[in-house]
Amino acid sequence: MFGTYFLPRDLHPAAWWVWALGLATAASRTTNPWLLGLIIAVACLVVVARRGEAPWALAFRLYLVLAGFIVTMRVVFRVIFGGAEGSTIILRLPEIPLPAWAAGIRLFGAVSAESVLGGFYDGLRLATMVVCLGAANALANPKRLLKAMPAALYEVGTAVTVALSVFPQLAESVQRVRQARKLRGGTGKGVRALRGIVIPVLADALDRSLLLAASMDSRGYGRAGVATTRARAATGALMVVGLLGVCVGVYATLDGSTPRYLATPVLVAGLAVAVAGFRAAGRRVHRSRYRPDRWQLAEVVVAASGVAVAVVMFGTSRVDPTNLNPSLITLSWPLLSWPPLLGVLAGVVPALLAPPPVLATPEEVPA
Amino acid sequence: MITLDHVSFWYRGAGEPVLADVTLTIGEGELVVLAGRTGVGKSTLLGTVNGLVPHFTGGHLAGTVTVDGVSTRSRPPREFAHLVGMVGQDPLAGFVTDTVEDELAYGMEQLGVAPQVMRRRVEETLDLLGIAELRRRPLRTLSGGQQQRVAVGAVLTMHPRVLVLDEPTSALDPTAAEDVLATLARLVHDLGTTVVMAEHRLERVVPFADRFIYLPGDGSVRDGEPAAVLAGMPIAPPIVELGRLAGWSPLPLSVRDARRRAEAIRADLAAAPAPARPAPTSPEPPLLTAERVVVRYGTTVAVRGVDLDLHAGKVVAIMGRNGSGKSSLLWAVQGSGPRQGGTVDVAGDDPGALPSARARKLVGMVPQTAGDLLYLESVEGECAAADRESDATPGTCRFLLDSLAPGVDPDQHPRDLSEGQRLALVLAVQLTAAPPVLLLDEPTRGLDYTAKAALARQVGHLAKRGRAVVVATHDVEFVASVADRVVVLAEGEIVSDGPTAEVLGGSPAFATQVAKIIGPDWLTVSEVDDALKAAR
Repeated sequence: MFGTYFLPRDLHPAAWWVWALGLATAASRTTNPWLLGLIIAVACLVVVARRGEAPWALAFRLYLVLAGFIVTMRVVFRVIFGGAEGSTIILRLPEIPLPAWAAGIRLFGAVSAESVLGGFYDGLRLATMVVCLGAANALANPKRLLKAMPAALYEVGTAVTVALSVFPQLAESVQRVRQARKLRGGTGKGVRALRGIVIPVLADALDRSLLLAASMDSRGYGRAGVATTRARAATGALMVVGLLGVCVGVYATLDGSTPRYLATPVLVAGLAVAVAGFRAAGRRVHRSRYRPDRWQLAEVVVAASGVAVAVVMFGTSRVDPTNLNPSLITLSWPLLSWPPLLGVLAGVVPALLAPPPVLATPEEVPA
Repeated sequence: MITLDHVSFWYRGAGEPVLADVTLTIGEGELVVLAGRTGVGKSTLLGTVNGLVPHFTGGHLAGTVTVDGVSTRSRPPREFAHLVGMVGQDPLAGFVTDTVEDELAYGMEQLGVAPQVMRRRVEETLDLLGIAELRRRPLRTLSGGQQQRVAVGAVLTMHPRVLVLDEPTSALDPTAAEDVLATLARLVHDLGTTVVMAEHRLERVVPFADRFIYLPGDGSVRDGEPAAVLAGMPIAPPIVELGRLAGWSPLPLSVRDARRRAEAIRADLAAAPAPARPAPTSPEPPLLTAERVVVRYGTTVAVRGVDLDLHAGKVVAIMGRNGSGKSSLLWAVQGSGPRQGGTVDVAGDDPGALPSARARKLVGMVPQTAGDLLYLESVEGECAAADRESDATPGTCRFLLDSLAPGVDPDQHPRDLSEGQRLALVLAVQLTAAPPVLLLDEPTRGLDYTAKAALARQVGHLAKRGRAVVVATHDVEFVASVADRVVVLAEGEIVSDGPTAEVLGGSPAFATQVAKIIGPDWLTVSEVDDALKAAR
C-alpha cells in the first residue's frame, strides 16, 4: 500500500481546497500576528513543495503581492482617517479641517500606536486568508475541480471550461490583430483604432465559437441518452419544486414574523426534494469520466491536516482567547501559547506527506 | 456505409442549390477524396454525412442521407458521434479541452464509455498516431501537424465507422502532411474505417485515394476511379498534367507509376537544353539587407542570427517545417515583430526603428491570417481607408485591386469574398503604400489551383516591376512556379540558400512531382512542355 503512496500524481483538487479552507478558517479566528505569519509561512512552504508547473501554479506570487497590498492599505487608511483611538500617540500630523457636513470624518491628525496596530492586525488577518485561497488555487487545477462536479452539473461545467479557455484565445487574437494593424500603419488612437482591433477580434471569436459548437455537437456533447420525455419532466419538476421549497424556507427562517411551520420544516423538505431531483438528473446523464481523481489516503491526509488546524484554533479560542486576539488597549508584545502554535504547524504536513505533483517535462527516462 | 439519395441543398435565401440531386453510395473501408474549387460545396457535402448540414447550418435539405442505415433526418449530429468522426479545417478551433489526453477522452466521455475501456483506447490511439510523447502537452503548444493528428485521434477513440476530414493537410508542411495521410491510409487498411476527405492539394492525396468525387460547381458531382475522374477535371495536380501532356492513358496517379512510363520523355529531355532560369540574385546592390537577425521568445530562440539580402525583381521563397522560424523572420524584417539582435537596412533606414506608418512604405507584409487587416464593412471602404493611410491619391488601392483581381464588387463585405479575392484585397491594401519590398506569409493557405495560379501571376508581375518579393510557404509546387531563389530554415538557421532548381530538385522532401518523375533539372510541367515544343 505504501509502495505506491509517494509516486508522483495530482491530488484530488477538493483535498487541497479543504486544507486551504481549514487554514483560512483558522486565520479568521485570530489576530495574533505570530500565528498569522506562521499560517502564511506554512501555506508558502506547502505551495513551494507541492505545486506543479501550470500557469495557475505560478500565479501564487500575485496572491502574495495582493496580501502585501491589503496590509499596507489597512495601515495607511488608519493613518489618514482617524488614527487617534488609544493613548500612545506616535505621530502628530497636521489635521485637515473639514466642513461641518463631513462631521465624523477626520483627515490626518494624531496617530496612535493602538490604531495603527489594529489596522495592521486586521489587514494581516484578511491577507492571510487571501494567501490561503491563493495556495489552493496554486495547488489544485481549477479545471479538474470543475470536472469533479456532480454529473447533473456536467454541462454547466463544460460551459465554464470552454468560457475559461476563451480568455487566453481572446488575448492571443488581440495581440495578433494589433500586430496586423501595425502593418497597415495603424498606430492611431481613439475610436477608429479601437474599431480596427475590436471588429476583427470579435469576428474571429464568433467564427471560433461556431466552429467549436459544430465540433462539440458532432462529438456527442449533449446527447440525450436513454431518458424518456416523461422521466425528464419528472426530474425537472422535482428540481423546481425543491428549489421553491428552499427559497420559502430560507425566507421564513430569516423573517421572524412568518409562521414557524414555514421555516425549518419547509427548508428541510425543499432541500430533500431538490437533492432527489439532482440525483435523478445525475443518473439520467449517461456519461463517464476519464481518469477521475480518486479520493485516496493522501487526500485524506491533506484534508485532515487542514481540518486539524481549524479545529485546534476553535478549541483554543474557547480555552484561551486572550493570546489569539492580542489586546489593543494595553499595548504589549503579543504572546504565543503552545496549543495554537502546534495546531498551525499541523498544516505543514502536506509538504512532507502529499505525493509530489507530476511535472510536464520529466527528466530523461532510461530506456 | 454512406448513402446519399437524390440530395439537394439550399442555403437560406440562396436561389441556386449548392448540391443538386446528388446520388452517391460510399462503401465500407473506402478512402474517398472530394475535389473542386473553393466554394463549390465540398464542406457542405461533408457536413451532410453526420447531419451538421442542415441541423447546425440551417438551410433546406431535400432527399435523404443515411449512414449505416440511419437517416440524418431522424437525429441531430450528436447522436451520430459514435458513427461519424468529424475533423474540421482548423483543428485548434475544434478542441474542447486543453491537454492531449483529455481531448482524446472527451468524445468517449460523452458516449459514456466505461473508464477502463477509455483508458485502454486512449493508450492505443496515442500509439496508433505516434503522439504518445505528447500526452500531457497543452494543445496550444503543439505544431500544426501534431494538432491535426490529435484532432484525428480525438474522434478515433470513439471508434467511428466513418471519418470525415475537411482539408486535413492544407496548413501542414510536406513531411507532416505525409504523416497525417499515412495515418489515414493505415486506418483504412487496418481498421476498415471509411474515410471521406476534401482536399485542395491533390498532389498529396491522389496516391492514397480509392475514389474521387469532383464537384464542378453546378451542384452536380462526378464520381469514379481517381484516374477516370482526374482525366476530365480542369484542375489537376502536376503529375496528371504531365500525364496529359505525354498522352498517357490511364493517367498515372503515383510518382512510381509515372516514373516507369517517363522513359521516353526523359530521353527527349536529355537532348533538350536545361530550362533557362533567371539568376537567383542580381548584380545590383540589394534592396534590403538583414544581418545576424535574432528573434527570441523567452528562452526559445526562433531566429538564430540569419543573414538575408533581397534584390529588386527577384522572388525569394522561404521554406522549412512548421515552427522553423519563417514567420518570426518575416515579422522581424518588416519591423513590427520583435527583434532582439541584428540589423535590417532598407535604403539606409531600419524599418524596425521607424514608426509603423513609415516602415510599411519600406517593407509591406501580408500576414498569415490576412483577414486580420480588414475591419470595414465593404471593399470600397477598405480601399478608401488604404488610400488615406498611405497618403496615396484616391483610387490607387482600387486600381491595384482591379489589376490583381478584376471585378470585385465594391459593396461586398470583405468577409464574404473568396479566399483568393480577400488575399488580393489585402495585397492591394499593402501595395497602396508602394513598398519596394513585399513579404507574404503563407499566402497559398486555403487557395485552390486556380487561385494559386492567379497569385503566382500576381507575384510575377510585382517582381517584374522591380519589387523584391518574399514568400514563406510549404507549397513546393507554388515555389517552383514563382521563386528565383529558395531559402530553407531549420531551427531558426538557414540550412540552404540557392537557386530554386538546385534547392528543390536535389531534396527528397522538397522536390516537386515533376522533379521526382523526370529529374532534378525539371521542376514544373510548363518547363517540360516548353522544352518538348522546342525540341520538335
